[in-house]
Amino acid sequence: MLRTHAGKLAATTAVGAMLMAAAACGGSSDTGTATSAPAASSASSAAPTGPKVGLAYDIGGRGDQSFNDAAAAGLEKAKSELSLADTKELEAGSGETGAQKEQRLRLLAQGGYNPVIAVGFAYSEAIKKVAKEFPDTKFAIIDDAAEGPNISNLVFAENEGSFLVGAVAALKTKKDHIGFVGGVQVPLIKKFEVGFTRGAQAVKPDIKIDVKYLTQPPDFGGFNDPAKGKTAAEGMYDAGADIVYQAAGGSGGGVFEAAKAAKGFAIGVDSDQALTADEGVRSVILTSMLKKVDVAVFDFLKSYTDGTVQAGVKVYDLKAGGVDFSTTGGQVDDVKNKVDEYKQKIIDGTIKVPAE
Amino acid sequence: MSSFSDRLLGRVRLGGLLAVAAPLLAIVFAGLVTSLILALTGNPPLETMKLLADYGAQSRTIVMIINLATTYYISALAVAIGFRMNLFNIGVDGQYRLAALIAAAVGGALVLPAPLHVGVTILVAVAVGGIWASIAGLLKVTRGVSEVISTIMLNAIATGVGAWLLTTDRLAVAVSGSNNIGTKPIPPSGQFPGFSLIPGTQAQVFGFVVIAALLGIGYHVLFNRTRFGFDLRATGKSESAAIASGVNVKKMVLLTMIISGAVAGLVGMPQLLGASYSYSLDFPPGLGFTGIAIALLGRNNPVGIAIGALLWSFLDNSSDILDLEGIPKEIVIIMQGTIVLSVIVAYELVHRYRLAAEQRRVSRELSTNAPAPLEGAAA
Repeated sequence: MLRTHAGKLAATTAVGAMLMAAAACGGSSDTGTATSAPAASSASSAAPTGPKVGLAYDIGGRGDQSFNDAAAAGLEKAKSELSLADTKELEAGSGETGAQKEQRLRLLAQGGYNPVIAVGFAYSEAIKKVAKEFPDTKFAIIDDAAEGPNISNLVFAENEGSFLVGAVAALKTKKDHIGFVGGVQVPLIKKFEVGFTRGAQAVKPDIKIDVKYLTQPPDFGGFNDPAKGKTAAEGMYDAGADIVYQAAGGSGGGVFEAAKAAKGFAIGVDSDQALTADEGVRSVILTSMLKKVDVAVFDFLKSYTDGTVQAGVKVYDLKAGGVDFSTTGGQVDDVKNKVDEYKQKIIDGTIKVPAE
Repeated sequence: MSSFSDRLLGRVRLGGLLAVAAPLLAIVFAGLVTSLILALTGNPPLETMKLLADYGAQSRTIVMIINLATTYYISALAVAIGFRMNLFNIGVDGQYRLAALIAAAVGGALVLPAPLHVGVTILVAVAVGGIWASIAGLLKVTRGVSEVISTIMLNAIATGVGAWLLTTDRLAVAVSGSNNIGTKPIPPSGQFPGFSLIPGTQAQVFGFVVIAALLGIGYHVLFNRTRFGFDLRATGKSESAAIASGVNVKKMVLLTMIISGAVAGLVGMPQLLGASYSYSLDFPPGLGFTGIAIALLGRNNPVGIAIGALLWSFLDNSSDILDLEGIPKEIVIIMQGTIVLSVIVAYELVHRYRLAAEQRRVSRELSTNAPAPLEGAAA
């Protein structure tokens, strides 16, 4: 039985490969016409006036409607306003070693890209080493405090922003039952959870909060799996929650879908998702915790063109306007004043939001 | 007549010119398909290949290729050990991750003189890998659970256990100022020194490359020069024949699984003891699955696996230079898939050619020497 099955498999594979080989012979004549296209496009770049900027994403890259896209938005804005000579965006592959992350940054620096921006804490060790090798290149890393004389650290107080949307959730819930969906169980996402919980409890100390993480490291798939997000959120709505906050990157879309199906509400993250999520689900998004990675990236590039880059940590917290909650759609207008009070208290230090 | 899986896993040898023809055919296949895909996506195939070759010839790239290949080689050996007796150890991934995590924690906590420190860390990794794999082995020999199913599930469990252990309440410490967490860094006495092998770069080759080479030799000796290896290959080829000749098959299954797991335990060691010195959130996952592909590519032969590992590592390390030149890096994954398929197909075609040629030869001999006395003897 097994043998016949395997035999069939072999036959199919062999036939398939021969088809491919045959197609290869036929296709090789196309080569001449195809070559000219990429060469032409690279030659027609605008007059180089500003710096060449290199950006290295972590896994996922552009298109997650969330964290990486926020960094990309900052770069786009800089492209149009700061007349950058050239930009290059590289993306991490799955299962790679630290050496490969290093090499990515090194290739950018070697290629004359300056400044170089690393998106995500996974580049922590890599950027330390590569920044030493290229002392004349300016580096920036988002979400990490790796030290170096030519490294700028763009870090965020996600806990403070999450506190505000936690307060929103507690003020808006009708069942005193809310939920939190985290992408991957890592300290960074824990900061979102802790802030959210504290914010909700500040309004209603007895509120019930369901917490669920989609995957655990080294499986980082939880940042990019809408189906998992949907299942987790469905469970929470079924159990009686009416508002769910997602800090799950690309999986967040599934949470919104579940909210729509359950006639519940959801809270977005990183970008103003009432503007960036799929149109069909935007109505369920009460508010979003804004983590202004785009602002940080743009600020850094602006400081580079102005010649005022500073190494070291720059904290984008509530006070600096680096995190906030959004009011797009007007669904939180009734509680906005109350949440603004909390915001003011965090800014002047009356409320301290723990990070873990 | 050999079965497809026997031929797939390299248990049937090709002799003479045919042994050279199969890999050559595979290279031509893979080259054609890759060129076609490059051309279809609007990238010049020849220039892309040249770009890859130029980048691969740089000193630093060579070091990176060797280092990553060291890891891949060990992973593929672990898989190949199971393959040799029809055991599909899909669990190398979970085995090495759990082993690396626990070994990193032990290595970070110990205070010992240099050679001993490294030795103990490696022993812990080997033990954890072996024990974790033995669960699947025990399930198979006592309850008849397919090792494919149990090892896949054990991978998921290893992820869960690893995540539970890698918290600041247990084995992990926060990396200062970072959102990363990892085990306590292994002090210099527990690190495996690298050496400068390639001139023109400061990057060092993992010292572990020596261990990997020794493992390859050990693998060859074990399978070809020992009673155990003979029993193992016999069990792989025909379980009933092995039982008839007095081999304790259950014991063989369990032992093979443990050895495979023990070698899997070493997979994370080049990275842990030669580069990161800590098991943190960004420790490379998925090496076990790469090992499966490379074991197939190398046809379970220690030299073949080495070539496969170097090729795979070269492609992985080259993806960024493609990305930098505006060629989608996913091309590399397509190339890797194409190469594995080409090798399987090429060897299968050569095997079939050999069988057909043999049949023709036999029938020719029969017809010339003595006209067949009975109808149908040649068929």
